[in-house]
Amino acid sequence: MATQDHKNTGAQPEEQEDAQPEPLPAPAGAQESADTQGVDDLLDEIDGVLESNAEEFVRGFVQKGGQ
Amino acid sequence: MHRVMGTETEYGIIAPGLLSANPTLLSSQVVNAYAATLREGLGNLAGTRWDYTDEAPLADARGWRLDRSAAHPTQLTDEAPVLTAEQIALERGEPADSAVLMNLVLNNGARLYVDHAHPEYSSPEVTNPHDAVLWDRAGDHVALTAMRRIASTPGFSPVHLYKNNTDNKSVSYGSHENYLVPRRVPFSQLAASLIPFFVSRQVLCGSGRVGIGALNQAPGYQISQRADFFENEIGLETTVRRPIINTRDEPHAVAEKYRRLHVIIGDANLNEVSNYLKLGTTALVLSLIEHGLAPLPELADPVRALQVISHDPTLTATVELADGRRLTGLNLQEIYFSAASRAADADPQTADVLRRWEGLLGTLRTDPSAAAGQVDWVAKLKVLQAYRDRDSLEWGDARLGLIDLQYADLRPDKGIYHRLARRGDVELLVGQAEVERAAVEPPRDTRAYFRGKCISTFPAQVVGASWDSIIFELPSQERLQRVQTREPLRGTAALTEQLFEQASDAEDFLARLLSGPEPSVAP
Repeated sequence: MATQDHKNTGAQPEEQEDAQPEPLPAPAGAQESADTQGVDDLLDEIDGVLESNAEEFVRGFVQKGGQ
Repeated sequence: MHRVMGTETEYGIIAPGLLSANPTLLSSQVVNAYAATLREGLGNLAGTRWDYTDEAPLADARGWRLDRSAAHPTQLTDEAPVLTAEQIALERGEPADSAVLMNLVLNNGARLYVDHAHPEYSSPEVTNPHDAVLWDRAGDHVALTAMRRIASTPGFSPVHLYKNNTDNKSVSYGSHENYLVPRRVPFSQLAASLIPFFVSRQVLCGSGRVGIGALNQAPGYQISQRADFFENEIGLETTVRRPIINTRDEPHAVAEKYRRLHVIIGDANLNEVSNYLKLGTTALVLSLIEHGLAPLPELADPVRALQVISHDPTLTATVELADGRRLTGLNLQEIYFSAASRAADADPQTADVLRRWEGLLGTLRTDPSAAAGQVDWVAKLKVLQAYRDRDSLEWGDARLGLIDLQYADLRPDKGIYHRLARRGDVELLVGQAEVERAAVEPPRDTRAYFRGKCISTFPAQVVGASWDSIIFELPSQERLQRVQTREPLRGTAALTEQLFEQASDAEDFLARLLSGPEPSVAP
């Protein structure tokens, strides 16, 4: 999962399939560590904004019925 | 592609500092906070009463009307909700008799109101999926504006709004779509072709959910927020025994000519591409049905199939057709895509929907995780999976539940979707400036233009409104003047912009409207 992290951020991602049938493989180690770094950054960022006390917060989110 | 459509979003709502707060009261705070913001900006009150005259929530598209005594109380949506004295008393520092707004018609033509125990934004009518995404996002902006207003008001506990569809305990709330359909199309035909489409379209536009079952009985991840809350194939209800096809026949337009297809099965989308395709592909399938070209891959058990597809994020599970074949959700979508691509008009937006639909089906077939920029359930799953990998979390872990919830938090700093968007990890279709403008300006090519402009131009004289009427109170007239707007494609800027520019006041406007060369801008 982590290996695809930043590939679909352009304006027209579907076109990549047509336009780039066989992208040249990047040096495997470098690509992998860059992606891992991206995921680590993302998780660090989310860690910083998650509500404190997950269990209590999730338990407290009680809604009344809707449509 | 040109079809009148619109969206409705019921937001999840809590005040974390006041967990016992009545949700109807909190929802009314959202409506009133937005009213206060409008009043401040425009120097006048944009609040209007909702005109319930033409509401018919118990009319069934199959040709009958449910008796009021047999209806679930929540189905009586044609009655104005009333806050009880007890609810009012909960509000700190407010006298019990102060006027509490439960409904606003906005200057962009939308409705913001208290629906059951949630604030709901119903978008103005638009004519294409791109505009539907834009005015749906405008609703999120309205909700965020209200939230910020409440947070900055002394004495009020901050309210959080979530664009999701379940509290993951036992409750679901809706995000509906509406499509105008000619009445001559038999309802049974609509239902037959739409059921397999609705069962499978979640692979493109599901929002993802941590937990399995309506009561969250089992740990796990599934594609759809809503799938486990559906129990019937066809029915009138929206709050109990939910049906895949809702039969509410409330056209909000000339009833002899139109149906309003009320779609209740969708997930609320944050990702703009998911939302765009949800609306765009559905509009294309409706065109197929109208032309007698729609595929009919009849399912053996649609409700079961809806859940089987939702419960399998690998997209490999198959469901049984009435003829015994077994297909995946992607297979079903490919059947509809093929029919649509053969039949479609060549207009640019149709071509764009088709190109994206095909591209995304291809991506999902080969590597679902590569669709994280376009599909909510994939983006959410990627974040969850990364947490599971890093911290060895089981699906039942509360932190994963929190990530699911916070993905839909509308606050830009707290919402995980919004964080992903800011990082450039998701594809955007509309810009922030455009969204802010759509929050205060109506679409120009439907009757929403007439509604929105009446409210912004004559705020003091417009005392009520609904989808198909505007009510004026004029000093010179003893009786209220009710202008009907029963043709969704009239009342456009092309037909009425000059009238708004020329009229010196509301009296003059109505006189010109009723006597001018175009007497039926709003027939």
